[in-house]
Amino acid sequence: MKILLVDDSRTIRNIQKNVLAQLGHTDVAEAADGLEALQRIREQRPDLMLVDWNMPNMDGITLVRNVRANDPNLPIIMVTTEAEKSRVIEAIKAGVNNYVVKPFTSQTLSEKIEQTMAKAKQAAGVSAA
Amino acid sequence: MDVRLINPFVSAVSAVFRTMVHTSVRVGKPFVKTEPGTHADVSGVIGFSGDASGCVVLSFPVEVACKAASAFAGVPMDQNHPDFADAIGELANMVAGNSKKDFSGFHISISLPSVIIGKGHVVSQSKAAPRLVIPCETDFGPMWVEVGMVVEKKAQPTPAPAEVAAVGG
Repeated sequence: MKILLVDDSRTIRNIQKNVLAQLGHTDVAEAADGLEALQRIREQRPDLMLVDWNMPNMDGITLVRNVRANDPNLPIIMVTTEAEKSRVIEAIKAGVNNYVVKPFTSQTLSEKIEQTMAKAKQAAGVSAA
Repeated sequence: MDVRLINPFVSAVSAVFRTMVHTSVRVGKPFVKTEPGTHADVSGVIGFSGDASGCVVLSFPVEVACKAASAFAGVPMDQNHPDFADAIGELANMVAGNSKKDFSGFHISISLPSVIIGKGHVVSQSKAAPRLVIPCETDFGPMWVEVGMVVEKKAQPTPAPAEVAAVGG
């Protein structure tokens, strides 16, 4: 499974990579902002994307809207410091599948990733049936 | 500045450092910053705009900053490590972002982080928004959280619980 991490903090991307490695996921690509993420997606569509909200050049919510315009099925988890309910609602309306608030524990991030992928597989199974 | 506005930052710094840096934070009694104020070696700065404007500054002695950044990143870091400033900036970002959720009804945007590294530097303050300093003690040593915030007239702050009074020393 290919996973794209989109966050302007390399420290956060490294922490996320460690969590993913513990879950057995090592095929990981990285982008430091929304524009770079769109380029990575054009090169190879990931199976899951973790997206920060506040980033330079193109922020996470704009990236999600861009992705959703062409790809309604790519699983997306927003991982952000933006914790207000209005922001969560805005992100869900934009099309994210799950939402993790920073600061997060490894366990929380792991659970959200597994939960998101399980739902994505279930949805793919339903649509294939 | 309304002292009630600092309680969200007390909660946020405790949550961020407990969860991501694996250290408890003991919060001292906040005080109004007077020039030249606190001299720090490393500072992470985040600006606010919207219904409230100003900034939050996390400041550390360099030894404490290195230990905190190392514990956060999970790898040993000194101030010359290429990800050192990134780690400090992200900690400031998480404290600022986490504090926003306690400003009920406010629409506040936060800036991308800036990090200042230099022995004994001063992060100067605006006369319009005097800063309150929250002294903190971590397992790695002292740090300071400076908050300068002006609330727009139309926005109504929701008083946070009197957490500062309970933990102030």
